[in-house]
Amino acid sequence: MSTPLLHVNHLEKYYQKTHILHDVNFELNTGEVLTLLGPSGSGKSTLLRCLNGLEAYQQGSITFDGQAVTQKPKQWQQLRQQIGMVFQSYDLFPNRNVLENILLGPLKVQKRTRAAVLPEVQQLLEQVGMADYANAYPRQLSGGQKQRIAIVRALALKPKLMLFDEVTASLDPEMVRDVLNIIRQLADSHAMTMLVVTHEMDFAKQISDQVLFLADGRIREQTPGKQFFEQPQTERAQNFLASMDF
Amino acid sequence: MAHSGIDVLTAGSNFSRLLGGLWVTIKIALIAIIIGLIIGVLLGILRTLPNRPLRFILRLYLEFFRIVPTVVLLFLFYYILPKEFNVNLPADAVATLVFALWVAAEMTDIVRGALESVPQHQKEAGQAIGLTYWQLQRYVLIPQAWPLCLPATVNLMTRVVKTTSLLMLISVMDVINIGQQIIEANNKTAPNGVFWIYGIIFIFYFMINYPLSRWAKHLNKRRLEANH
Ligand SMILES: Nc1ncnc2c1ncn2[C@@H]1O[C@H](COP(=O)(O)OP(=O)(O)O)[C@@H](O)[C@H]1O
Ligand SMILES: [Mg+2]
Repeated sequence: MSTPLLHVNHLEKYYQKTHILHDVNFELNTGEVLTLLGPSGSGKSTLLRCLNGLEAYQQGSITFDGQAVTQKPKQWQQLRQQIGMVFQSYDLFPNRNVLENILLGPLKVQKRTRAAVLPEVQQLLEQVGMADYANAYPRQLSGGQKQRIAIVRALALKPKLMLFDEVTASLDPEMVRDVLNIIRQLADSHAMTMLVVTHEMDFAKQISDQVLFLADGRIREQTPGKQFFEQPQTERAQNFLASMDF
Repeated sequence: MAHSGIDVLTAGSNFSRLLGGLWVTIKIALIAIIIGLIIGVLLGILRTLPNRPLRFILRLYLEFFRIVPTVVLLFLFYYILPKEFNVNLPADAVATLVFALWVAAEMTDIVRGALESVPQHQKEAGQAIGLTYWQLQRYVLIPQAWPLCLPATVNLMTRVVKTTSLLMLISVMDVINIGQQIIEANNKTAPNGVFWIYGIIFIFYFMINYPLSRWAKHLNKRRLEANH
């Protein structure tokens, strides 16, 4: 087995004095999808944010693509080009149109040429069914459309790992499916390595190669594939799945 | 017409002297605003850094220029700079310097406030695509903060223009000082000249500040509309 793309080792995270994440350990191989499940407030977002430097962690270590994470701002700035993140609230830049939102990273951060990036972006936009919206401004788009653009914006940097933090949680039900399909397609046809936080259990079940169940900042279950959904080991996980109406 | 004293405006070179004074006023205000804006924007960005000593110093700078009345600042710089530091600047330059530092101080607060009111999520979305600190400022934060700054900045400009009326106190030959000289020179022959001189000065100031104030109102309205 080759070395994992992401290796998280005894991670501990505090907000001031509050201990948020306790001894988090896991590995994620290239091409795998890990879903991170758990009740609200269990630390899922915090863990994701630690993985791209939006939050600092106090103990433990992360290795990404063979490189030890030092937590220096300069290194995070480099690593973020390889670790894309999509948020629940989309957070497109309202002062830039769709194309300018997407091109900012490749052109300014990666210093690639417009001519080289544009065909790729065009293709990504087509993949997510947004090819006609390159010149639209975020305020003209629906939530689902914004989220699709946010996904393209992250993919345009050609990341090796994608982090999705409840990306469908603010969407109307009819738009949820489109966005989930895009993520599913990324996993299936592009073998994108992903860490997904979601409350969509059917989707999680289909997509997961590995499930982490988090409660109160601790990993309570760590199971391969669909096993978690069929035979949750802990009572907490059983309750959680029951509460998910699944 | 001798009684109305309106000839004071046109007698000799009076009117062109008034215009000359107006030009001095405008020049000082304009240069001070431009320099002040540039310094203020840079320092305002620095005030959003999580660096306590730096924040404290910049805060002190702002409060100093807020608390000390502009007259006092003008005197301070006009009389104390030459005495204590042996820097001899003409009154115009002192006035420009004081006003520029004042504009810069006020701008730091306007810029800081606007930058901090850009949602945290915007900043994180920018960081997440790998933007560096300055790229984040340039492409994400400043363009969004800019419309928030504008109304307050234009208001500040009108305050600067109004406050130039203090310049005569340090003998700058601004429009009010010139007007005062004309009034005094014609005191005997045209006692009502004061009315006309200050009337024309009123119109001058109005012509500069009214459009500015309308502009500020318009910007504010547009900003509020954009939020809905
Ligand atoms: N910026 C913060 N400061 C202090 N506590 C925080 C902060 N962000 C989150 N928390 C706390 O950390 C815990 C985990 O939050 P979060 O990671 O958002 O959970 P989840 O995403 O699983 O709902 C919660 O108890 C939350 O209140
Ligand atoms: Mg969360």
